[in-house]
Amino acid sequence: MDDIQNILGAMMRVAIDPQTAAVAIAVIGLNIHFGYTGLLNIGQSAFMLLGAYGFAISITQGIPMFFAILIGLALALVFALVLGVPTLKLRGDYLAIVTISAAEIIRYVGRSVGIGWLTDLTKGAQGIPGSQYRAPFTNLSFFGDGNTTLLPFNYTDVAGGSVVVRLLGWVVVIALVVLLVRIARGKLALAGAARTGAMVGIVVVAALICLFLVPVTQRNTGANGLWFTAVAWTVVGLSVLLLLGLTRSPWGRALRGVREDEDAMRSLGKNVFAIKMQALVIGGLFGALGGMMYVLPATVQPDSMGRTLTFFCYTALLLGGAATIWGPVLGSLIFYVGRAFVIAVSQTYLQDGSSPIGFMSNQQTQQFAFIVVGVALMLLVIFRPQGILGDKRELRFNV
Amino acid sequence: MGRGLAVTLLMVLVAPLLLLITSRSADAVTLCVPKKDETACIAGTMGSRSDPIADVDVVLTKPDGTTESQTTAADGKFSFQVDAAGDYLVGVDPDTLPKGSELRPPANPSLAGPDGALKVTVALGQTRAATLTVRAADYDDSTSKLEEVVQSGFNGLRLGLLLALASVGLSLIYGTTGISNFAHAEQVTLGGMVGYGFANVLGLPLWIAGILVILVCAATGYGQDRLLWQPLRRRGLGLTQLMIVTIGLSLAMQYAFQYFVGSRTVRVVVESATSVELGPIRTTTLSLVCMAIAIVVLIVVGFALLRTRIGRATRAVSDNPALAQASGIDTDKVIRLVWTVAMGLAGLSGMLYALVVNGIKWDTGLQILLLLFAAVTLGGLGTAFGALIGSIVIGLVVEMSPLVIPGDFKYAAALLILILLLLVRPQGLLGRAQRVG
Repeated sequence: MDDIQNILGAMMRVAIDPQTAAVAIAVIGLNIHFGYTGLLNIGQSAFMLLGAYGFAISITQGIPMFFAILIGLALALVFALVLGVPTLKLRGDYLAIVTISAAEIIRYVGRSVGIGWLTDLTKGAQGIPGSQYRAPFTNLSFFGDGNTTLLPFNYTDVAGGSVVVRLLGWVVVIALVVLLVRIARGKLALAGAARTGAMVGIVVVAALICLFLVPVTQRNTGANGLWFTAVAWTVVGLSVLLLLGLTRSPWGRALRGVREDEDAMRSLGKNVFAIKMQALVIGGLFGALGGMMYVLPATVQPDSMGRTLTFFCYTALLLGGAATIWGPVLGSLIFYVGRAFVIAVSQTYLQDGSSPIGFMSNQQTQQFAFIVVGVALMLLVIFRPQGILGDKRELRFNV
Repeated sequence: MGRGLAVTLLMVLVAPLLLLITSRSADAVTLCVPKKDETACIAGTMGSRSDPIADVDVVLTKPDGTTESQTTAADGKFSFQVDAAGDYLVGVDPDTLPKGSELRPPANPSLAGPDGALKVTVALGQTRAATLTVRAADYDDSTSKLEEVVQSGFNGLRLGLLLALASVGLSLIYGTTGISNFAHAEQVTLGGMVGYGFANVLGLPLWIAGILVILVCAATGYGQDRLLWQPLRRRGLGLTQLMIVTIGLSLAMQYAFQYFVGSRTVRVVVESATSVELGPIRTTTLSLVCMAIAIVVLIVVGFALLRTRIGRATRAVSDNPALAQASGIDTDKVIRLVWTVAMGLAGLSGMLYALVVNGIKWDTGLQILLLLFAAVTLGGLGTAFGALIGSIVIGLVVEMSPLVIPGDFKYAAALLILILLLLVRPQGLLGRAQRVG
């Protein structure tokens, strides 16, 4: 049981990790590009990288944090314009190739050492260490120092942490999830505000019970502390609200029209190019925001924000369900938690040295998790392209 | 008896002295030993230990301007003893050097004195080595700009030929099935890895390993179409979905390489290749053989596409699958053949690339993928000959751009050329001018 608790602990730590939240924000941007508008943008990591560079370089040059954020967003805006003007007239495959090429160009420029002043700013392939730009953000923290355990009242306080209590707790969580799915599918007679309220309530209660069963201890402020987590997930919540507003609007309907049939939209008099450009820009701004959150606990390293990150974003998007409001967040959570699960299980049971049937080395367990991710993406796209929350009718997927 | 003994003793005592005299004249050098705070030594050898140059006058110029010279003996050694610290110049009398050779100036210009002499800074109590290199008088190691252009053009051609092997398959796959195969670069890496397995780990001869690589990779292509692509086509999966399947496959393959082989660079052949000079171009015999193989294979593929029936059928399906099927061509069979041959070519390309670049790594595919796409798009998606021309162009751009821009940007330059071309001529060089928007 201790092994299982350790595995669950690893999964929970990844679930509330601010980098998961950052990727969720970037996937919201990708959702606008690919889910709602049908733009095959395989360069989302470039938006993230540009946002991160703009933010980090501005702070290292002494610019206040508010303006640093604006500069990061402005870089993404310029990149979207430069990318969009020539390429939005091209067909999907060409757009994919051009966006991936542009992302690679940004990465090569970021890691280059050929131009002196540029390398002084970007610090080449090693990147800008987090300590150089994290300070203004951590200084804003009002959480103070010390550690906090979420939740302070957890399973160890009830009946001495017995196994029965924990199993009972997990049964309750599963029951709540089933209830949530039934309400979402409309099988229970709830509508409108009651339905939304019930769903939100169930999610909150289930999350609290999960934290009760798998407590996590974190520093209050620091390189990766509770302050980061709180801010990151708040920004995710705000982004989801923003996405809701954008997609429920006439503009959101225009996006979906462009995705389904551009020529029909043109015949209705809509400026398809302008709509696609707006989608590219707004999705890119979300990506830049996600990039800034992604690098705050870590380093701005161009090689770690390359094509593989974009592929993870696509996996998360498709897993949660493209063209849905909660799909990006759910997909990111399941992606990272799932990967942590595979790594933890293989380290506990399949690693040479920690288990009698073990045969993998430590690095091999990580690589095995990535192989599982790749195969999972293939199976997902083949058998359930609409993901968990998506609507099959809405995703015809034909470019 | 006493006299005899005395003479013998005398000879015994004198003989070593005589030996000293004779060896001195033969050696001409006593190896100097520095004394702390009193003397220092400057020593060296003309030529090398295996090939010493005798009878060279080595001239030592002291800080006060006076000179001292020694003639090197059969072992080429010289050794000066000095009793003052400071900067000394060690040079040679050029008339005493072997005919047709000259003293090479020191590599570090700050240590160079007049006439190629070497500046040596000496402190008391130590021996400083003075390395003087002699080379042929007509030696010229500078390269003119033209030579650099020719050399990098040759390298570009080599890269282009290797890319062409892989990109022809990629273009045909796109043409016949519409799939942009993001896993194609991993197939190239697979060729290199399998080559490593056969040639390095199992120790097979290179030719046999090469043929086995082609067969194994072609088999993976056949298996892929049989087990994955054909069933998915029958299921009616959209093109975007198929493309994302290839993305997942490429992720899985990359990490499978890392899992089985590790993260390090592995080599197919461990010995370094022999250098060869063709005029201003410096290359290795291995590179030339690989280029020759690539050219031969490309000619065979081109001939097959142009002259054989199945080749014409392939071009027909690549151009317009529906029309080809309507005219009676079995598209499934053609597509199966395209996948098999394309993967075999990609595997060969990977093995040759691993030989030429002398190493293959799990992420080699990451670097090549975009070059392949650039080549295919440049030439025109769906045309095999376009892929060939596009590959040569991309190879030349990648290898020749460091002549004008910093080397870090060479891949970025190739991609930029791609983007610019898509603005002007989206269908590529040889593609048909159809709507691409």
